[in-house]
Formats: sequence, C-alpha cells, structure tokens
Amino acid sequence: MDISKKQTAILQKFAPYIERFDARSFVWIFLLSLVILVGLYALIQQIVEGHVVTGMRDNVVWGLYIVNFIFFIGISYGGAILAGMLHLFKVPWRRPIMRIAVLTAFISALIGPIFIILCIGRFDRLHYLLIHARLQSPIFWDVVAISTYLIGAILFMYLLMIKDFAIYRDSDVLNLPPWRRNLYRALSLNYQGTESQNKQLAISKNLIALIMIPMVVVVSSVLSWIFGMTLRPGWHSTIFGPYFVLAAIYSGAAVIVIMMWIFRRAYKLKDYLTDKHFAYMGYILLSLGAGYGYFTFSEYLTSWFGSERWDSEVMEKLFNPAEYGWWFLISNIFSIIIPIVVVAFKKLRTPNLISLAALLLVFGMWVKRYLIVVPTLETPLLPIQDTRPEYIHYSATWVEWALSFAGLATFILFFIVMAKLVTIVTVSDYTEKER
Amino acid sequence: MSELSENGRRDFLKKGALGVSLAAWGQLIFSCSSGEGGEAAAEASDTVKLLTPDGELVEVDKKHLKHIHKVEKISQQEARAGIPGKKFVMVIDLARCNNARKCISACQAMHHLPSEKEWVTVKLMKDSKDGAPYWFPKTCFHCDNPPCVKVCPVNATYKRQDGLVLIDSERCIGCKFCMTACPYSTRTFNWGEELDIPADTETHPHNPETSVPSRPGTVEKCDFCPDMVRMGKLPDCVTACPNGVFYFGDQNEDVVTNGSETVRFSQLIKDRSGYRYMEDLGTEPRVWYLPPRDRIFPVERGYESLPDEVKERYKNVGLDG
Repeated sequence: MDISKKQTAILQKFAPYIERFDARSFVWIFLLSLVILVGLYALIQQIVEGHVVTGMRDNVVWGLYIVNFIFFIGISYGGAILAGMLHLFKVPWRRPIMRIAVLTAFISALIGPIFIILCIGRFDRLHYLLIHARLQSPIFWDVVAISTYLIGAILFMYLLMIKDFAIYRDSDVLNLPPWRRNLYRALSLNYQGTESQNKQLAISKNLIALIMIPMVVVVSSVLSWIFGMTLRPGWHSTIFGPYFVLAAIYSGAAVIVIMMWIFRRAYKLKDYLTDKHFAYMGYILLSLGAGYGYFTFSEYLTSWFGSERWDSEVMEKLFNPAEYGWWFLISNIFSIIIPIVVVAFKKLRTPNLISLAALLLVFGMWVKRYLIVVPTLETPLLPIQDTRPEYIHYSATWVEWALSFAGLATFILFFIVMAKLVTIVTVSDYTEKER
Repeated sequence: MSELSENGRRDFLKKGALGVSLAAWGQLIFSCSSGEGGEAAAEASDTVKLLTPDGELVEVDKKHLKHIHKVEKISQQEARAGIPGKKFVMVIDLARCNNARKCISACQAMHHLPSEKEWVTVKLMKDSKDGAPYWFPKTCFHCDNPPCVKVCPVNATYKRQDGLVLIDSERCIGCKFCMTACPYSTRTFNWGEELDIPADTETHPHNPETSVPSRPGTVEKCDFCPDMVRMGKLPDCVTACPNGVFYFGDQNEDVVTNGSETVRFSQLIKDRSGYRYMEDLGTEPRVWYLPPRDRIFPVERGYESLPDEVKERYKNVGLDG
C-alpha cells in the first residue's frame, strides 16, 4: 500500500525504537522482571500458606488486592472512554495520543482482574463463576462486564492498529527480521488501502468507539455496585455509580499524561507531543478534577451533615489525624486541588508540571480507593470486640505489597514490549490532507 | 390438615424431651458453669462424669471426649432443600445471659473450630453513652431476606425452605462478598490456619448441615446445627447454656424450648416484648431477642471472672467503672 513521505519520515524517526531492544530497554526489562519475580515468590507463599500471609482478616476481608483491582481497572476504563471520545469527536490533536490511550486501556485491563484472582480464597474454583453462575450477584455482573469490556478494549485497540500493521509490513524504511514482517502481515488482515477496505475500517472504528463510551459507563458502575449494594456505611451510597465512572476517567486521563511525558522524553517526541498536547490534556484533567471534587464534596457533605451513627463512625476515621485523616487530606489535595491549580494558572501549565500533577493525582486516587475499601470494613455495625490487632486494623503484609508492585511492574513492562511492537504514535493517522 | 400439624407438634414435643435429656448431659460436661471460679474448676478437674447407656456412671478423661458426627445420611438435594414443614426460629433471652461463654465452647467443640474462631459470640453492648450495658449473644440470624445469599456469585450460600441459611464449602470460591454483605459480622473465613479435621470426617465430603470438615479458603458460619435437629436434638449452644438463654424451635408449630422450658413462641414474644436486632435493615432475621429487663444477673457478673485476655475485648465498653 502507499506510504506517504510524511509517514516514511515518521517511520524513520521510530525505526530505532521498534527495530530492536536497546541496552536501556534491557536494563528496564531486567529490573521490572526482578520486581515481578519477587511478586511471584510472594504468590507462591500465598498459595502454600493460604491467605493467612496477607493482612486480611475476618473484618477487613478485602485489602490491597481489591484496591489495586479498582485502581487498574479504573485506569483502563478511563483510557478507553477517552480514546473513544477523542476518536468519535475527531478531535484534531488526538493523533499522537490515541495509541497511548488504547495501550493504557488494554494493558491495565489485563492487570486489574489478576488482583481479583489474588483476593479469592479458592482460585482453583474460579470456573464456578461460570458453571454455577447466579444472575443476582453483583460479582456475576462484574464478570460479564469485565469480560465484555476486555473484548471491546482489545477490538478497539486492534482496529486502530490495522492500518499501521499494513504500513510496517510494506515499509522499506524499517529493517525488520522476517518473523516480524510475517507477524505484521498476519495482523494487517491483508489491508491494502482500497476504498472499500477504508470504508469498512472507518465504520468499524467509529462503531467500536461509539460502543466503548456507554460500555465504560456501565462497567464502572457495575464495579461500584459491588460496594454500593452492601449495607455498609461509606459504601451504601447512590452516588457510587457516577462517582466511580468519573474517578475512572480521571485516573485514566492522568495515566495517559504520564505515559505521554515518559515517551516524549525517552523517544524525543517534542515535535509530536507538543506543549499544546499537554495543555489540552491538562484542560481535560481540570474539568474532570472539578467534577471529581464536586462528587467527593457532595458525598462527604451529605454523610457528615446527616450524621447517622454508622456514617459518622466512618467519617470520624477519615477526619481523625490519628487514623486516616492525613491520608484523606493528602488524597484530596493530590487528586483535586493540585491538578486544578496547576492547569488553571498559565505559568504552571507546563508539560513537566502537568505530568507531575498527574503523577500525584494517580497516587491520590490510589489512596482514595484504599480509603473507600479499608475504613468501611474496619467499621462493622456491631462492635469488633477482638484482642487480635490484625482483626481490628488492616495492615498490608509484604506479600500484598510485593504483588502490588509486581502489578505496577507488569504494567510498565507490557508498555515497553508493546512500544517495541508498534509505534507509539499512529503513523497511518498522519495523512497529507489531515494536518 | 389439622391432624397432620397436631402430629407434627407431638413429634416436636417428643424431640423437645430428647433435647431436655441432652441438656442435662450438657450440664454434666459443663458442671463448672457458675460465673465465679469457673475457670479454676475447669483446670483442676480433667475428668467428667458420664452416664453410659446401661445406666452406669463413669468418669472419663476430658481429653478423650470427642464429638462423633453420626448423622442421618442426607443428600445434597436434601441439604439444599431443608427439613420439610419446618420454620426454625431462635429466641435469645438477654435477661438471662451472664457471659458464661459455654455456648461458644460448645459450638467450637461441635464444629471443630480453633479456640479463636467463634461462630457464636457474646458481645458486650451499650447502645448509647448513658444506656445500660448488657451481654449480647449472637448467632447467625438466618435472615429471611439474607444480604449474604443475594450477593453469592456461585450459589454456595443459600436459603432453605426451613429458614436456614447454610454454606456449601465445596462450592464456595472464597470471594468474601458475603462477609462484606452481612451487616452482623457473622461470617468467618479460613485464612489458612491449621484446620482441625476430625478423623471420622476426613474422607467424607463436606456436609453443609454439619459444616464439617472445614475447607481452607472458604467462608463458614453458625448453621443452627441442622444435623442435631434432624436427630430431634437441640443445637449445642442451646443445650450448653447454663442459664437457658437460647430458645430454639419451629415457628410453624409456634413452639420454642431452651431445653428445660417449652413455650409458645408467639406468646413469649408478646409477653416479653421480643424484638429483632436492627429491624430497620430489612433483613428479616429469624433470631429474636428478649430485652434485658428484670435481669437475673448483674452485668458485671459476666465480666469479673473472665481471664484477662477475654476481659481486654470488652475494655472499650468500660465496665470497670
């Protein structure tokens, strides 16, 4: 198929990054693999000894694993819905961002559900979820939601890559080993750029982008209902559906900004990911942050003002500096105030500061998920009246931390590998007519 | 129809009588039931006196006492359907509880639970700052609108026609969603500690009616001992209680008994203003409480003689004054 001069130029620019692994990548891969290996060792401990090696006990039955699950799956939902909107609305500055967005969605969708499996006492019986499925359980809804979503996310990513696969296949600029060419040949599904192929592909891409948007709203709501459906203070809230949807998009957008910053630096992409792109993503962060701040305020104001006994007990823990007060404050400063301030003032609106704000935001959102899961479980309706400290307060063990960091390392590792397989900007989007 | 239920009642009363004899047996084992000095007595005597079927009184070393899970063989379907025609109900008389904790140890012996795992617990409650403290024994409430059953993704925990909520540990995947859904912290999880698997059940599949043997990585809870009920006996917590706190029975027949006293359920609730804990949650518990009015023990009685580590649990309520 025809590859324009502009596209050839982009391919030349990216050739060193996708042709081979350089020394730096190897160092990263080695270090990340070490982290993952430690996680695997922790996993073996958990399998052999049982869940007693975690910090979870009869009151706090869910811990870091569920926190990480919401965190990663939220990032994925965010990446997918943003990519869907950018594509559907034909946002002119989307070209260098789309690939990063769909990769973020795809990779975190693979990692999130792993943490559910880690949290389950009998993952040897995981298939019971299908063969003994019960329609009325929100967990079954989530199984359906996540598996449907995963298929959608993979299709979305793939459809946006087909043209690029054809370009890699046919380009003589890239010096690729035969197996790579064959791989791209297979993946490009004989795309030749004919008119009918273009039309079909365009319709498919629009359709899947259109589907992804309501799908993300549904699946993140389903996730929130796992908490919202229980009779627990801090969880039993009607706002949880939209709150989770917005929080997911927000953290997904922030991770996209962080990945943009990393690749701009590592691949020297200043001409592609310009300051403007960061500013535009910053505006998205600002509006989402304002919405997220509004939801947060609304949720805690009503609980605090109504001051029902159980709500008050959880509130008390979130406001008390001796319990979760500092974390609650840090979470809200990092994920609401700092991003808004950084983007609102022109002087602060630089790629570096926006990315730093995004990093703090993502951390703040992780803390927020922890504050959703743990304090509520530490506040059952009946007094705990136990003398074993681990039954009163949750404190994650090294096993849970090791597996959490292994999850993060897997995310980065997958990104490095995917960035070798495909260019980090969508080459085929850079056509002559669309500037 | 009326004849049938008449028969049913007679049948139940007969079984109730069996329960009484069992209660007497329970009193024997736990002869050291009165609050003060109970612990010391338990340590001193390592033997118990038992009545053999021939009417001979023998003394046996406590260590040799073991529960035998001899139950009528019931199929999976029966264990899921429940005992036909029954609607089990429990009434807990808060005026009688002095935290003797015999219900806890009997339940643990019955279900081979480690000493720190309590399916039946006794909480020290104080509903408001100036309210009166009282002992609050808590079993599973076997709710008629059970939040735990609603959320189970694999039908491992289920509601039976006789009102019981049971768990099939061979089915449970250990997602713990039921534990977050239960508002009463009833459920426990096998985190991976050493499980006490009795030899006679080692080769048997897990039975939801006995809840034995335990399975690692699954959820467990109070089951109202349907295996005992099938044999016409009362649950072990009921017979073990030295004060007759627990009444167990069948709501269809409107009869409950604590082993020594058999009363009409509806009359008891009416006369003693029975109530269900946290009625406003809408879970429709099958366990009723009688308010701690005209108590037969001062509340401190259940506290003073406790070992220090158990005392520690109730420190926050402030019985020390």
